[in-house]
Amino acid sequence: MIELNVAIKDKYYENSETAVLSQLDFKVNSGEFLAIIGPSGCGKTTLLNMISGLESCVGQHISYSSNSSGNRFKKNDLASDCSKSEYLENEQANRIGYIFQQPRLMPWLTVRENIELVLDPTQFNKIEGLLAEVGLAQKGDYFPSQLSGGMQRRVSIARAFAINPQLLLLDEPFNSLDAPTAGRLRKLLLDLCREKKTTVVFVTHDLQEAIYLADRIIFLSDSPCTIIHESIINFPKPRTESGIAELEFQAKLTRQFPLLLAGKID
Amino acid sequence: MKLFSLLFTKLGVVFTLCVLWQSLAWVIASSDFPSLLTVLKSLHFHLTEGEMVSNLFITLKRALLSFIIAMVLGGLIGILMGMNSLANKLTDSLLIIMLNIPALVTILLCYIWIGLVETAAITAVVINKVPTVVVMIREGSRAVDQNLLAVAKIYKLSPSKTFFRVFLPQLYPFIIASARSGLSLIWKIVLVVELLGRSDGVGFALNTLFQFFDIAGILAYTIAFVIIILIIELLFFKPFDKIVARGKRFD
Repeated sequence: MIELNVAIKDKYYENSETAVLSQLDFKVNSGEFLAIIGPSGCGKTTLLNMISGLESCVGQHISYSSNSSGNRFKKNDLASDCSKSEYLENEQANRIGYIFQQPRLMPWLTVRENIELVLDPTQFNKIEGLLAEVGLAQKGDYFPSQLSGGMQRRVSIARAFAINPQLLLLDEPFNSLDAPTAGRLRKLLLDLCREKKTTVVFVTHDLQEAIYLADRIIFLSDSPCTIIHESIINFPKPRTESGIAELEFQAKLTRQFPLLLAGKID
Repeated sequence: MKLFSLLFTKLGVVFTLCVLWQSLAWVIASSDFPSLLTVLKSLHFHLTEGEMVSNLFITLKRALLSFIIAMVLGGLIGILMGMNSLANKLTDSLLIIMLNIPALVTILLCYIWIGLVETAAITAVVINKVPTVVVMIREGSRAVDQNLLAVAKIYKLSPSKTFFRVFLPQLYPFIIASARSGLSLIWKIVLVVELLGRSDGVGFALNTLFQFFDIAGILAYTIAFVIIILIIELLFFKPFDKIVARGKRFD
């Protein structure tokens, strides 16, 4: 299990004058499911890419602390001006799973080979079980192009969980799916997260989805984005997607801050 | 059934061409335009009594050797230029120069500088072919999907896994295209190289036949070599097509 600390001052793209992210401080507790909601184009994907190490985070502070070894405050500074070797060492230490907006499977590899790709040969024996868990037990020898969009997402979920991630990042993963398929995949995701006790950062622009999934929601403003609101969702899981408590929570929030989803607090 | 009818159509076309050739030769009745039968007779003669078999082998060996060297070298340079913008800027104008130097000039210079030896012949062919391979592979590696490379990075794939299972499969169509066009270009250049400075091979034989105005012999050599290239195409490139088509939609 892993705890994530993010402290970003200002993040600029190369050759750009305006900041994408400004003051952004938050912490994700170990085993917590954090949802991040923000208007489109506000820099949510950039934030995830920085956490994952895809985007440079020189001069920023993003760190993991793991409490698995009993050493609670063993801090791994990911990027605060740290040297390259230190950064790489860090990457070895932390297993991050990332489920992208698109499934991003290798089209020339079968479903099984796509999962084998991210594993050591010693771990190949767990692939069958994993495929069964995401409901693709018979589909191991299919190519991604032979599967529906929903099934491809399942493969990408299986791939992310194959490495037993300590931290799982999701970037609007159920965006282009029809409602029933998306609903089933959300439930699958929750089950897997509970089973593996994964720390999750889930980016979305769908409030209902966030209320269904998350323990806590952070709301971001328009670009350059900062945190404008934070709400804790403390009613028990499993929840129902349009249950009364959930809908009431959503209604209360939208009554209180009508422009919250557009990134404005007033 | 579908395959059978396709084969039938192809054979029909070849047969019609043969008939057309034969009847044209009868009508024209000139020694400059030998009939198909004469050419086949000449082919039989060169195969059994001449040095055609050894000449074909020598040329084929030269073509395949320079083909492999050119593909590997061109592939590596192309990937480097496609991935690294600095390398691309530095070598881009050199590439255009190399693409436009006439094959004949390269061949002559190689013979002058290296000498009338096998190395010079192979080098000349390779220099002619590499730039076209580079151009195609460079386009390929520019078109590589960064999203898939991001997946490789996130899941910490080893460099060799990233290269062979994520990066290279995206280049297959470009590699196949340049290999196809490459083999046909290369064996034509090999003939010129042989004609200019070697004392064996198909190019040398054609030159000799040309001295005697043996048109049937020239055509017989052409047919023999085209058949060999067709066989190579069937044996080596068809299986590659299957690898490239892996995972594409099966309609």
